[in-house]
Parts: sequence; structure tokens; C-alpha cells
Amino acid sequence: MKNFSGKILFLDRSDINTDEIIPAKYLTELTKEALKPYCLEDLNIPGFDPKKDIAGKSVVITRANFGCGSSREHAPWVLEYNGINLVIAENFARIFRQNMFNCGLMAISLPKETIDDIFATFAKTGADCTTDTEKKTFTISNGETTKVYPFTVGEFDFELVKAGGWVDYADSKY
Amino acid sequence: MGKTVAQKIFDAHRIDTPTEGVNVLTLDRVFCHEITTPIAINDLVARGKDRVFDPEKIKAVIDHVTPAKDSKTAEQGKTMRDWARRHGIKDFFDIGRNGVCHAIFPEKGFVRPGFTVIMGDSHTCTHGAFGAFAAGVGTTDLEVGILKGVCTMRTPETIKVNVTGALPEGVYAKDLILTIIRELTVNGATDKVIEFAGPVIDAMSMESRMTLCNMAIEAGGTCGICYPDQVTVDYLWEFIRDEFATKEAALAEYSKWRPDADAVYAGVLEIDASRLEPVVTVNYKPDQVRTVREMAGTKIDQVYIGSCTNGRIEDLRIAAAILKGKTIHPNLRAIVSPATPKIYRQALEEGLIQIFMEAGFCVTNPTCGACLGMSNGVLAKGESCASTTNRNFNGRMGKGGMVHLMSPATAAATAIAGTITNSPFYKG
Repeated sequence: MKNFSGKILFLDRSDINTDEIIPAKYLTELTKEALKPYCLEDLNIPGFDPKKDIAGKSVVITRANFGCGSSREHAPWVLEYNGINLVIAENFARIFRQNMFNCGLMAISLPKETIDDIFATFAKTGADCTTDTEKKTFTISNGETTKVYPFTVGEFDFELVKAGGWVDYADSKY
Repeated sequence: MGKTVAQKIFDAHRIDTPTEGVNVLTLDRVFCHEITTPIAINDLVARGKDRVFDPEKIKAVIDHVTPAKDSKTAEQGKTMRDWARRHGIKDFFDIGRNGVCHAIFPEKGFVRPGFTVIMGDSHTCTHGAFGAFAAGVGTTDLEVGILKGVCTMRTPETIKVNVTGALPEGVYAKDLILTIIRELTVNGATDKVIEFAGPVIDAMSMESRMTLCNMAIEAGGTCGICYPDQVTVDYLWEFIRDEFATKEAALAEYSKWRPDADAVYAGVLEIDASRLEPVVTVNYKPDQVRTVREMAGTKIDQVYIGSCTNGRIEDLRIAAAILKGKTIHPNLRAIVSPATPKIYRQALEEGLIQIFMEAGFCVTNPTCGACLGMSNGVLAKGESCASTTNRNFNGRMGKGGMVHLMSPATAAATAIAGTITNSPFYKG
């Protein structure tokens, strides 16, 4: 299983689309590694600077409908190659969510009130997230305040995370 | 309990339920293009699994950047070409015979009612216009589809959009779907299928139905579905006449892919089409929709008519009827991209290409290029485009550009006026 803990990148906006996560002009790259410098390049959030704000982050926490738009799996890939294996949001666009689990990454939905609470408590100070995949909890802490948030993940989705993705799972089974 | 169209198709294709609510479905079609497929091909090769489940059921095209614009896109095309040859994929549409995937695959008769279809492209939902379940997927799902002919799908709920009344003159499928997206919002149909029903849909051509289903994804929808009927049978007849003795027999067979009268829906949206008027998007989300009247006078730098949403012959006819004998405004440039070679040839034979050229349009070969800012019509920072495409996301047609989505009629009228304006066909 991949690492699902680390410093949080807060993206305080709903409907962040996959064109913003990785613009189409980079889809001509033939390797996943080559996408790395262009992560969130067109993200439309005032003050956000992809050149400074992504480095060292391992978890994205955001609002509703993350990953809407294009089917490009380049979106999960560019996150993964920047060290981000976990996105926590109110909810996700279907294809993006499926792409995350297909790659052995996690896209976890939490209720709006919980996301509101996380933003209110931690977004200004910055925080770390420690993910316990056994107990299914996120422990978020900024050094002063620590809160534990339980989560659920579908049984089949978690099988994909454990298997490292869908290709080997499917080829052995069907 | 009655079933929706998607439930019927799932029941007919399900081979496994790994956990409740997750379905493994067999696939009737796996469609491929050169942007999302090469990495799947390369991964299969790297895994020692360079196989295809059925070369007859896989259809492939080069459409996003064509002809290749640089070494990288040339490499993507070559990867597709070599792979198609290696595996005997006969229906591979290379330069000269290629068109926008969601226009050329239906045109070739590849989609039938009741089919399951995936492609590494979010607008795959277009093919639901034939009463099929068609969904966009990522490269990993595509890779497994190519290898094994299966795909996992969570059981979707269905929203029914019931469109009554009649579209006023000068109001089109594009205006209808943009209005529906405004009602549903960009997240309103996430993980759901949208069934489009009612007398307005029954009266629509397959082209218009494809325009509707094409944009289901812009409300988050997995697939847009129209019910198979006489219009569907007539469109497909040249491809299915060997399978059925009569059109009546085909209709009877395909009618099993209509929903049960007591099917259960997650929601029903009622739309009175008679009250619609032409609309356009504003800002960066496809649910940010205003009437053309409200947006009238907005300055435009480029007009684009084309794409999997509105690059079909019906769209070109409407635009050309408005442009005939006119020229585009000197302060803008305009591009038309017929979505397939067949459409291009039809447009030539009908004199439409001449009308576009005399009006001052650049006529490009069939390609997706401009719609996603990859080639053939990229915007500069600060420029705006009146476009018949499907996405107005930030940076979509070029970094710093603004896209206003609209019908071909509004786009053509805007090309003449230089600012957003209603077409002369709309009398409201």
C-alpha cells in the first residue's frame, strides 16, 4: 500500500476540474513522470501558487465535486508524482474517483460539516494528516490542536488500494 | 419493481458483483483515441500483457491532435497505429479517414441499443443517444477493457428529464442541454445516469440527441440515454439490415431497451421546452448559463463551430443558413471543423463549405484540437471564444481565455455581429 499520511494542501474551492489539475496541452506526454512540473498549473484560486504551495504536501483536502470534467487519468498521476496519494473532499466526480482507486490511490468523501470543521480548524495554520487504514481514521494536527475524523471506504475500493490497482486484480480474476 | 434503461443493460452484462453496489460488466465496445490510449498500451507491453480481448469490438481513432503537430503527438499516433496493426484492429481511423471520436463511431454504426461502451474520454456519454450505456473512463479502466473486455461500474441511479411542449423556432438541443445543466448544476447528476424523455426528445434527430447526451457529463452524469425508437432504427438501418428482416422487427427488438413504466428514478426534472430561449455560458462552469439576450453585446475574438457536441451536418447546415451571403465581423476570426470526413464531404456537396469560406471562416480538417486547447484554434490570454463545444473551464481553449458555450446558430450570428447575439431564426 502507498503512503496516505503527511502535510496537507488545502484547496478551498468546489468543482476543481481536471483541466485545472493538469491542462490538456500536457496530455501529449508519453510518461507519467513528465507531467510532474505541471500539477495544478491552471488552478483558479486567488493566491494559490503551484510553484510554491505543492512542494512537501502529501494530502489534498478540498470541497465538493473534485476532479470534474475530463476523464484524464493524468490528474491522479500528476498528484501521485508530486507525492499526493490521498484526496479528501465532500464528494468527487465519478471518473476521477474511480481513477484514484484504480491506481491504488485514495479519494475519500467526508460530510460537508466535517470538511467545514477541518477547514475552520486547520486551513489557516496548516496541518498534518496521519491516516490509519486499519482503524479508518484521519488524525489531523497542527501541533496545538489534534482531531480524529473517522472515514469509510468501499470494500472493493479498498481491495484495489491493497492490490495496488485494478489491472492485476482484473487480469487474475476475469 | 420496474427497471430503468441502465438497470436493464447492467442486468444483461453483469458477470460479477465483487461487493454490493459494484458491478463487473462485459463490454460490447471499447473505443480508443491517441491521447488516453498510448499509456495504456505501453503499460500492457511493460506488464507482458500486450493483448486485446477482441479486435472486432475495439475501435480506434486519432482525433485530438491530427495531423500531428510535433514529435510527441507524432509518437502518440505511431503508438496507436503500430498497436492497431499488431492486433488486427480493422476499424482504426488514421489521418485522412479520421474524425472526432464521438461523431465518427456512431456514424459507422458501431453503437447499438443495449450496448455497453467505454472509452478513455469523458464525452463517451454521447453514445447513450442510441439507448446504450456508454461511459467515460480513465486509462486504467480502458487498459483492462482492452485486455479483458470488462469494466467495473458502481450501480447508478437514474434521473429522468422529461421534456414537454416544443422547442421554439431558433432554439436547439444545445440550448436545451445547457438549460438542463443549469437546473441540475455541475454536480447534480454525479454517479447517475440521465434519461432524456418526452415528446421533444421523440421528435429529435439522432444528431440532436447526441448533442444532448454529449453534455450529460457536464452535470456529472455517467451517461445520457435516449430511448431507442423509429429514429434510432432509421439511423442505424444501413448497418443492421442484414440482422433484421424489417425495420419493424428491429424496432421490436430494440424496444426492450426502453425503461419499464414503473421504473424507479432518483429524481424527475420537468422541462417545458416552449418556454426556452437561446442561452450561452458565462464564466468557467457549464452550469453558469444566461440567456443570449442577457449576454448580448459581449465582445468575441474567435468563433468556433465544431466538436463532438456540435460538429455534425445538422449543425453546419444551421450555421451556413445564417452565414449565407454574409461575412464575419472584421474584429474576429472564425473556424469551422466538420467532425468527420463524411460530414466534410456532405458539407462540400451541399455548398456549405463555400458559404463558410466566403463568409471568412477557416475550414479545418476534422479534429478535437481547439475544444481543449491542444491545436487548431488555441486562444491567447484575455481572448474570448463563442464556441459550440462543451466545456468553458478556466484555460480550456488556451490559458487565460474565456469560452462561451452556445448553439451553432448563436455562434454563426455572433460571427457576423462581432458580439454575442441571437440568431435571426429566433423570433422571441
